Amino acid sequence: MIALLLKLFWTFFVIGLFTFGGGYAMLSLIQAQVVVEHAWLTESTFADIVAISQMTPGPIGINCATYVGYDVMTTAGAGHLMGIVGSLTATLAITLPSFFIVLTLVRFYTRVKGSRVFEGVMSVIRPAVVGLIGAAAVILCVSVDWNGLVPSFSIVRDNFPDWKSWCLFAAAFVASFKFKVNPILIIVLAGVLGLLLY
Amino acid sequence: MEERVRLMEIFGVFAKVGAFTIGGGYAMIPIIQREMSSRGWIGDDELPDIIALAQSAPGILAVNMSIFAGYKLRGIKGSIVATLGSILPCFLTILLIAIVFSSFKDSPVVVRIFKGIRPVVAALIAVPMINMALKGNHTWWAWAISAFALVAVAFLKFSPIYILLVLIVLALAFTLYRERKGKEGRG
Repeated sequence: MIALLLKLFWTFFVIGLFTFGGGYAMLSLIQAQVVVEHAWLTESTFADIVAISQMTPGPIGINCATYVGYDVMTTAGAGHLMGIVGSLTATLAITLPSFFIVLTLVRFYTRVKGSRVFEGVMSVIRPAVVGLIGAAAVILCVSVDWNGLVPSFSIVRDNFPDWKSWCLFAAAFVASFKFKVNPILIIVLAGVLGLLLY
Repeated sequence: MEERVRLMEIFGVFAKVGAFTIGGGYAMIPIIQREMSSRGWIGDDELPDIIALAQSAPGILAVNMSIFAGYKLRGIKGSIVATLGSILPCFLTILLIAIVFSSFKDSPVVVRIFKGIRPVVAALIAVPMINMALKGNHTWWAWAISAFALVAVAFLKFSPIYILLVLIVLALAFTLYRERKGKEGRG
């Protein structure tokens, strides 16, 4: 358990260090590390956690880290208490890098601001982060297995069991993208529809 | 020594901000602004700098803003207190939900509710990504980098950390090279 806690700390420390571009970027990193890399949680559990994080007050990235920290420990067979320790570990670890970096930046900010090197690096990081967030959405829908050089694609059945779930996906997409409906409202409506449809 | 802002007050303000932020960091900006300028803690002209700095550091925007604002008010102590303040309310709320939800999540009603919610989550992540792309990707190479990162992580299963590391190093090398060439050209 201690080994798992240390791994959890390191994983979330690195996530905090590499989160450029806000909460959704952090989600994509958490998913890549926790679901894909370490397989601590499944895609569907992660989707549940994202939905809950979005509906709860507070930054979505921090909420997600706290929840994942708890779930990783309890999924590994630890009790509530270790779950709480896990969520504390993940939350602290994910904020520590920002702490050091912001406090360093405060001193050098006037020099960094507008520097062409800094701007040059950020102009590459920003579009990359867009791609990472896109990958997070794709990973929730499709999984890829490689047999040597041959990829085989399959739908993530836990998240998309049937055609009704694709209708929900499309409806949520249009509501959010075209009509700017509040995400929290969309999640609540989707939950009600889930009760009615299944 | 001029009158110092009490640590408890800093904690209280950021706890309030953290507790009422629904929907992420950007929703916090106007709340932080109102709380801080009404107390005379910060001039309106300073806020854009705080936001810009918070955005250029890795991590969560809201947390970065608390770290910076707390530091300006009371140094390191202030930044620790402000950060704890902005994290604690959501930490406790989520923890409570996690503990309660873990004993309900296999109940048939909850399973049905989340059967409806799960597909929607993917759409709710895709939309901000598309909005960010439309707003930020102005050049063909920006789109190419986005597409590369998406394919590399979603299909080729590279870790985003390595993608970011490689891109940072390449971008640094490229801009430093261009800077030097520019200087030589002028000199």
